[in-house]
Amino acid sequence: MTADVRSLPIGCHDCDLALRVPRIEHGVAPRCPRCGTVVRHRKPRSIARCWAFVIAAAICYVPANLYPAMTVVSLGNAQSDTILSGVIYLLSHGLWPLALIVFVASVVVPLAKLVALVYLLISVQARSRWRPADRTRLYRLTEAIGRWSMVDIYVITILVALVSLGNLATVEAEPGAVFFGAMVVLTLLAAEAFDPRLIWDRADLQDG
Amino acid sequence: MNSRLIVCRDCALLNRIAHLPRGGSARCPRCGALLARGVFDSIDRTLAFSLAGLSLFLVANAFPFLAMRMQGLITETTLLTSVWALYEQKRLLVAGLVLLTAVAAPLLYLLLLIYVLAPLRFGLHAPGVIPCFRLLRRVQAWSMVEVFMIGVLVALVKLADMAQIVPGIALWAFALLIPVMAAATSSLDSELVWDRIGRPA
Ligand SMILES: [Zn+2]
Ligand SMILES: [Zn+2]
Repeated sequence: MTADVRSLPIGCHDCDLALRVPRIEHGVAPRCPRCGTVVRHRKPRSIARCWAFVIAAAICYVPANLYPAMTVVSLGNAQSDTILSGVIYLLSHGLWPLALIVFVASVVVPLAKLVALVYLLISVQARSRWRPADRTRLYRLTEAIGRWSMVDIYVITILVALVSLGNLATVEAEPGAVFFGAMVVLTLLAAEAFDPRLIWDRADLQDG
Repeated sequence: MNSRLIVCRDCALLNRIAHLPRGGSARCPRCGALLARGVFDSIDRTLAFSLAGLSLFLVANAFPFLAMRMQGLITETTLLTSVWALYEQKRLLVAGLVLLTAVAAPLLYLLLLIYVLAPLRFGLHAPGVIPCFRLLRRVQAWSMVEVFMIGVLVALVKLADMAQIVPGIALWAFALLIPVMAAATSSLDSELVWDRIGRPA
C-alpha cells in the first residue's frame, strides 16, 4: 500500500519541481536539482510535531482567556479586562460589529482551528478515506484564518502605546496577552507542521 | 515551457499544466488547490509593486499612524514606538511578535522580492539568490499588515469615546500597502523565477 505512494512523483517542498525519486534511502539526503533543498516525501515528523503544537496551544488557551489581557487606568480607576470581558465591554457600548470582529478573531478562530487540526490529525492517524478533498479544504481554511487572531494583540499594542498620559490615563498589557500571543504563534506553527498530503496517502485514494 | 509538471502541494497529485492565458489560473482537479497563475510580465510587475510597497512601508514607519488628544495632552505613536512601549512594560514576547509580524516580516518580504527580481530583470543573478527566494515563502506567512490594519480600526473605535483620535499619514500609507503587497504576491510567478535562477538540471 505504501509502496505505491512512494513511487509517485514528489514535489520539491521549496520550489515545487516535480521529482521522480524512486526511493529515499536512509542516511542519504537527495537534494532538489533546481533549488538544493533536501528532497522529502512529506514534512518530517508532521503528525508528532503538529500534535505537540496543538496540545501546547490548547494549554495556553486557558490562561489566555482566564487572565486579564490589559488594564486601563483612567483618572485613578483601574479596569482589567480579559479577552472575553473586552468583547462584553464593546457590546455594552453598543459597538456590536466590533464586538463580533474581536469575538470571532480572538475566541472562535483559535478554538475552531484547534478543533479542526485535532480532527485532521485523528482522521489521518485512523487512515480515514472519508471526503479527502473536503478535509484538504478544511486544512487550507485552517491555515488561512489563523493570522486573524492577532487582531487583539495589535489592539492591545496600540492602546498601550497611545494611552500613556501619566496620571490621566495609561493602558498596561497583562499576562493574558502574553499567553494569548503564545497561543496564536503555537496554532500558526501547528498548521505549518501538518502535511495535508498525508490525507491522500492511501493507495485506494491515488487514482481519483 | 509550453506545458509543465506540477505536483500539488496539498495532495501530491501530478498535474500537467498547459500554458496559461493572462489572468487564468490552474487548480488541482482533485483537491482544488491553486497550482499556477498566468501572469503577463510577472517579473516587471512584481518588481514595480514591491518597490511601491517598500516606499509605502517606509512612510508607514516613519510617521505616526495615530494621535490622541485628551484634555489638552497629545500622544502619538508610530509602529516602532508601540513595540517599544510593550518592551518597556516587559512584555517581550508580545513586543517581539508585533515587531516580527507588523514590521520585520513585511519589510523582509519586500526586500527579498526586490533583491531577487531587480537583478533578474537585467538577466543577472544576485549572490545567494536561491536561499533568498526559498526564504520568501516562509517570511510571507508571518507578514500580517492587513490584520494590523483591522487592529488599528478596532483600537480607533474603542478610544473614540475616551479621547479625540487623529489618524496620521502612516495610517493611509498602511491602508495602501495592503493591496499593493497583495498585488505583488499575486503577480509573482514563482515557477518562472525558479526556472531562471535555479541550477540547470
Ligand atoms: Zn526544489
Ligand atoms: Zn491537489
